[in-house]
Amino acid sequence: MARINGSSPPIPHHRPEPARYGDANECNRSRRQNIPVMRGPRGWDTRMANARRFLREHGWSYAFIAPSIITFACFTFAPVVWSAVISVQKYNLRTGGTFVDPIWMNYQKAFTGLGGIFVTSIGNTLTYTVFTVTTNIVVGLALASLIQPLHRHVRTFFRAAFYLPAVTSSLIVGMTWAYIYNAQWGFANYLLRLIGVEPVRWLSNPDIVLGSITASAMLTIPATAVVLFSAAMGGIPTEFYEAADLDGASPVQKWWWITLPLIRPTTLYLTVIYTIASFEVFERIYVMVPSGVGRSTQTIVTQIYYSGFKDFDLGVSAAQAMMLFVMIGAVALVQFRVLRSNVEY
Amino acid sequence: MTTTAGARPRTGPIGMTVTRSVVTWSVLMVTTVIALFPMYWLFANALTPITATPPLTPILVPAWELDNVIRLLTTSKHYTRWVVNSLTVSLAATLWHVVFDTLAGYAFAKRRFPLRNVLFVALVSTLMVPIHVTFIPLYLISLSLGIIDSIWAILLPASSQVFGIFLMRQFIQTLPGELEDAARIDGCSEIGVVRHVIVPLSMPAIASLAIFTFVRNWNDFLWPLIAVNRPQEFTLTVGVASLQGEFMTDWGIIFAGGAVASIPIIIFFLLFQRYFLDGLRLGALK
Repeated sequence: MARINGSSPPIPHHRPEPARYGDANECNRSRRQNIPVMRGPRGWDTRMANARRFLREHGWSYAFIAPSIITFACFTFAPVVWSAVISVQKYNLRTGGTFVDPIWMNYQKAFTGLGGIFVTSIGNTLTYTVFTVTTNIVVGLALASLIQPLHRHVRTFFRAAFYLPAVTSSLIVGMTWAYIYNAQWGFANYLLRLIGVEPVRWLSNPDIVLGSITASAMLTIPATAVVLFSAAMGGIPTEFYEAADLDGASPVQKWWWITLPLIRPTTLYLTVIYTIASFEVFERIYVMVPSGVGRSTQTIVTQIYYSGFKDFDLGVSAAQAMMLFVMIGAVALVQFRVLRSNVEY
Repeated sequence: MTTTAGARPRTGPIGMTVTRSVVTWSVLMVTTVIALFPMYWLFANALTPITATPPLTPILVPAWELDNVIRLLTTSKHYTRWVVNSLTVSLAATLWHVVFDTLAGYAFAKRRFPLRNVLFVALVSTLMVPIHVTFIPLYLISLSLGIIDSIWAILLPASSQVFGIFLMRQFIQTLPGELEDAARIDGCSEIGVVRHVIVPLSMPAIASLAIFTFVRNWNDFLWPLIAVNRPQEFTLTVGVASLQGEFMTDWGIIFAGGAVASIPIIIFFLLFQRYFLDGLRLGALK
């Protein structure tokens, strides 16, 4: 963009600029206002004028985004890129990283290390995810459909009641479930005693502990799903239902043929966010079984945490994190393809 | 609200309608009880004096006594410190995001400037990246900045969450541009346009953003667990998790620790629940 000759007409930046942006006027104005104009090599004035014009046009935009972009670059973007690099390095806190040979070594170690515990972890995570996400979507849809015909205030009440547990930290919710599952004095075994069943070691029997944890997640009301489904159902034009009434459709038919197809974008969105959340399950497990129950309670994120911050094998931990990233990306992509809908209304 | 879609006209014999609404209400009531029971049970236990193992018959009605809470505050050295730490982190993060996400969201929504789309795509594409990917580099960065084991190691990454920028952009995009232009013609500065036009119109989105940021940082657990090791630097979630190891035999204190930690967020929710639910919908507009 450097213009050599100061008197040449201004090169349009985005659109032709009004004459006052011309550099001659710029200099005159600077002189008039006694703003010192730096004299330099030929063309300096012009470049300064260009820069000034650019700043006047876009300076505020960059100023507005600067704080967010800088922290984002330093504490989100750079770490993501760096993590990809560390995943193919052997990293030592004192000497830094050296690339491993072969380059996929950490990924291989992630799978084969500790007798292939990472494979078990992926399996556990998938089991947890399949049960939790399916239940969450079905329960969310059912509850939203049930509260939809009710009075507005009643609906708000139920949404709030369902949402209240969702704002409390999953750590404290998980802790509470650990008490409910306590083998000695927990509420779950109390209920079993009432009907004369032997107490169950919910959180220490390796065969059922994953089931207990999954059940606790399934029994948590999917508040976000209820709220979003409910909003989506509220947005369907009434004419559709009126038309169906004229055709003599039953409520169930209307639900199946009108409501369900039209809320598909919401179903898709919720499936994706619940799947991501389940893939990343950690707090609930960490607080319910702090030291783990053998392999039965290892998930992807507990493995990332243990390899990185207990075993201090940063390369393997980064490799596992990258694999989580890829899995989430892949699942989201597949879900978007399968559940995508072209319905417009 | 009789026109709300999905409000199905009640046709058919009266008996059917009654049966249907009885079923609806009982399902909803049972679900509400299940939804609220864990938290209720935590509070019932916290408000009933327990000094050792809880009784075999579960406490379902609280005794409404604060013994456990008092013992918690007097025995656990750092509990109040954890509350202060969590409040500091959550409030600072909220303030940061309310101010700078509004500015950035406005710039991305309404202003044109070189690299706008590139930068925005970079921001949004990290929304799907699991936060866990960043932990090891963040740990190394915090080590080299010398802020590991201090509140700064939690605060700095908290300032880089991108969700708010996305939320604010989505909202501000829907505002009409004429108002901005009118303000400029009236001699408003660029900052003035944001202050007097954009902010007042975006209040609902800003409220949701504030609430989400506060809750997210108040509840955040894994990064604080990694970033701080000294008990006096813990946030409340990390501290509460550590109570289980510290007071193995005094369940009263552990219950109280969990209950007290969730009170601020519950009050917060009850005060602002309208914005919570609106915010969910705003954030979902993808």
